[in-house]
Amino acid sequence: MPTTDPLLKVTGLTKHFPIRKGLLQRQVGAVQAVDDVTFSVQSGQTLSLVGESGCGKTTTGRMVTRLLEPTSGSILFDGRELSHLSVGQLRPLRREIQMIFQDPYSSLNPRHTVGTIVGAPFEIQGVKTPQGTKRAVQDLLELVGLNPEHYNRYPHEFSGGQRQRIGIARSLALKPRLIVADEPVSALDVSIQAQVINLLEDLQEELGLTYIVIAHDLSVVRQMSDRVAVMYLGNLVEIADGHDLYTDSRHPYTRALLSAVPIPDTSRREKRERIRLEGDVPSPIDPPPGCRFHTRCWKATDVCRTQVPPLVEIAPRHEVACHHPEDSLVAAAPAQAAAPVEDAPSGTAASGTMTA
Amino acid sequence: MTVPPTEVATPQTDALETEGPDSPKAIEGRSLTQIAWRRLKRDKVAMAGAAVLIFLILVAIFAPLIVKFLGHPPDEFHQDLVDTEMGTLGPKGAWGGISWDYLFGVEPVNGRDLFSRVVYGSRISLLIAFLATLLSVIIGSTLGIIAGYAGGWVDAVISRAMDVFLAFPLLVFAIALAGVVPDNAFGLQGNTLRVVMLVFIIGFFNWPYIGRIIRGQTLSLREREFVDAARSLGARTPRILARELLPNLVAPILVYSTLLIPSNVLFEAALSFLGVGIQPPTPSWGGMLSDAVTFYTMPHFMLFPGLAIFFTVLAFNLFGDGLRDAFDPRGR
Ligand SMILES: Nc1ncnc2c1ncn2[C@@H]1O[C@H](COP(=O)(O)OP(=O)(O)OP(=O)(O)O)[C@@H](O)[C@H]1O
Ligand code: SF4
Ligand SMILES: [Mg+2]
Repeated sequence: MPTTDPLLKVTGLTKHFPIRKGLLQRQVGAVQAVDDVTFSVQSGQTLSLVGESGCGKTTTGRMVTRLLEPTSGSILFDGRELSHLSVGQLRPLRREIQMIFQDPYSSLNPRHTVGTIVGAPFEIQGVKTPQGTKRAVQDLLELVGLNPEHYNRYPHEFSGGQRQRIGIARSLALKPRLIVADEPVSALDVSIQAQVINLLEDLQEELGLTYIVIAHDLSVVRQMSDRVAVMYLGNLVEIADGHDLYTDSRHPYTRALLSAVPIPDTSRREKRERIRLEGDVPSPIDPPPGCRFHTRCWKATDVCRTQVPPLVEIAPRHEVACHHPEDSLVAAAPAQAAAPVEDAPSGTAASGTMTA
Repeated sequence: MTVPPTEVATPQTDALETEGPDSPKAIEGRSLTQIAWRRLKRDKVAMAGAAVLIFLILVAIFAPLIVKFLGHPPDEFHQDLVDTEMGTLGPKGAWGGISWDYLFGVEPVNGRDLFSRVVYGSRISLLIAFLATLLSVIIGSTLGIIAGYAGGWVDAVISRAMDVFLAFPLLVFAIALAGVVPDNAFGLQGNTLRVVMLVFIIGFFNWPYIGRIIRGQTLSLREREFVDAARSLGARTPRILARELLPNLVAPILVYSTLLIPSNVLFEAALSFLGVGIQPPTPSWGGMLSDAVTFYTMPHFMLFPGLAIFFTVLAFNLFGDGLRDAFDPRGR
């Protein structure tokens, strides 16, 4: 289906945070937070970025929204290169790419009313709305399921879920095309998570949005992902269509992650064993050479320890960075297996999340 | 199986406040400042401090009026009230000459009205303390916000400057500088020049106290995601500083300036006491204490300016502490 150009194309994206010391702020090292990450997102689709804490998901998201400047690499949005634009050059583009933040308690200014917060995009970008800012803000509040009469209230007067809706309303104000949602539900009660995810899905359908959704848990994003990219220690290790990745992952790390996720499909459950990873994630200041996962991988060989595995297309629309990828589970009957499972997870994924 | 119960339960919890168009009072939000104000009003001690402060400020403003009705001009000699025959030069009558005419009694030697002098002394004391605090707050807040928000070498330079200023032997410097001040400078003269100089010395060297606090607060605010949200909308730095950060810094600025004022009152009193502050005959509390030292047998001379300083400092501290408690997010 990807006959058209992707809305967002990220190539070789890298971010190294310099570590500085002393009065002269000399650089003594670098945190290699994101290293050589490549992916693309089709218009109207959702790409999920998944990985353990500290693997560089937020940093990737912040580079795409250009809250951070990449050390190297390219960010092509709708054919325009964003990676090294100045603050001034970025200003008009801000309307098209917005971000939903992880922490609904820190993402809203406690001294501003909801009206001021959701109206800020219009004010900052100098956008005139036909019926005035107040009307536009109230429409947005209604769109995300909040009472428009709460215009004059302050963030501390709302629950976590409602605050996240306020953040979503703000991100929608300028009618963006791409929204980067950084763990949009991880700070919320499990009971509220499904509601917010459903809201994001409804909005996507209604407004034709493109999403990059960041999560540290594969189960949270299961129902909404068109594509899933798995990161480990700053590297992208596997990227595939959502269904493919959940049923037929090929990278050892993805397999390990998935083995920790409750599977709704009972027929598969017996076949799975829980893979426990040994050891801790190494420091991104001094990552292991070769494959960064080799210190914890049960299949690691000499080549893994010396050579970085490139991201290669192992099956159609399925890329893996591994010298010894796992065998495909559905190689025999790829087409038939897909259909029934496609629907089953989306209905039950929510219950999986809740019991987790 | 777990889906139906949660689906039923969550709209209630999450939409609790979404309902209720029929309760108009629920619509108007209460800001954090309003909440803090309510808490402050319930704090009896802080409100007592505030009452004393308002009283003191009114006294300073209306000093001429008060003295006109309740006293005598502060520089007027009343040597007929002083005991010249016995040679003590103390006031005639018991309790230092306290009477309905001379509410706090009279000074030894010259017989000036002590009440009038204490009332007028409040003007110098509060004026210098307020202006010096204002100067500290302006310099401290500006540099604190810049250091905290910019980080890097800017922060390193400003932070080192704060260390230098805090390590500075301020009192020694003030004494030395005040000693060499000419009678005329910058088109000012006499005590006007001294007031300006005291404000400058006290204010300029105290800014790091405010600066450190504001820098620390800015450092933590900068990491909050609402700052990133503003940046991702294309907000420029001045807007982020003024509209996103500053409203969150008003409370600490207010609290710590309220707590800085009393220490400036004491500092000015100390300088005047040491003779390098305001020069006679202009009345100042510190100067009166200094004069009173020689007449320790006449305690009323020391008591009234001493009490004035004491109550001023106490009232500011009580009010400042109450203010801090009211704004404290942990008590929310
Ligand atoms: N401003 C920064 N300066 C230095 N190091 C940073 C900075 N921001 C992030 N890092 C480091 O970069 C690495 C990746 O961080 P990032 O926040 O992108 O991880 P994440 O995948 O979003 O993790 P989490 O799930 O905890 O949010 C971490 O090791 C982090 O400590
Ligand atoms: S490249 Fe080697 S170490 Fe890395 S994941 Fe594959 S098998 Fe494991
Ligand atoms: Mg993160």
